[in-house]
Amino acid sequence: MIAVFYISAAIAVAATVLAITRTNAVHALLYFICSLLATGVMFFVLGAPFVAALVVIVNAGAIMVLFVFVVMMLNVGPQTAEQERILLGPRTWIGPAFLSGVLMIELAFVLVGYRAGTTTAPIVPPKAVGMALFGPYLLGVELASMLLLAGLLGAYHLGQGAMKSKEPGA
Amino acid sequence: MMAPVPVGAGLLAAAVLFCAGLTGVLVRRNVLFVLLSLEVMLNACGLAFVVAGAHWGQADGQVMYFFILTMAAAEMAVGLSLVLQMRRHFGSLDTHVMNRMRG
Repeated sequence: MIAVFYISAAIAVAATVLAITRTNAVHALLYFICSLLATGVMFFVLGAPFVAALVVIVNAGAIMVLFVFVVMMLNVGPQTAEQERILLGPRTWIGPAFLSGVLMIELAFVLVGYRAGTTTAPIVPPKAVGMALFGPYLLGVELASMLLLAGLLGAYHLGQGAMKSKEPGA
Repeated sequence: MMAPVPVGAGLLAAAVLFCAGLTGVLVRRNVLFVLLSLEVMLNACGLAFVVAGAHWGQADGQVMYFFILTMAAAEMAVGLSLVLQMRRHFGSLDTHVMNRMRG
């Protein structure tokens, strides 16, 4: 099982690096979906089957489908990919990549030096998560629902303006 | 039964994913890729929460992942609507076309 964890972690990292270096938006989305599925496997191995299902259904399913729809609406074609390829030179990369690399080395140093032990093997079942959500975290659930309502209204408002203005233009 | 996973390995994977997302936010100029990298960073934070929750055998890590997922969904909905508006106003997805405020 521990080998499964390491393999899926490697897949997640590789797919994420490929996703952020692609010039074609659809290729990047597919790589990121692969990364999310690998993360789901990691969650399952860690004994968290509820969020493993959640990441596949909500993150890889709903949010990424939203992305794909927007890419289709924007019609990001080969000329945009060509423009991205020009912008993505080593001069653009080197500074931020160096800074993030330093940050990553720092984090790795701290985490490797810290001997905390291993994660406990028992599975935390969805029932326990539900009990926690609707017990001590009830206020958080209410706030999350209000956040989702605000997101819904914001997306509706902004998207409505985009559709209206497209009609006379088209 | 499942062999235990070292907590350092899980947190290290989360750190690497977070740094990859951070690099994407800093490097890319296409706003779609910036949003995608933000999603990578949020997912990495959630992974750290789940690893910690599994370490203590508590449900709180999964609860926090649930909240992060809710936030990511709302953020993506509004962010992608703003991308559509940006395309309409500026005709481009390059973040550098809107680096000036009209004060």
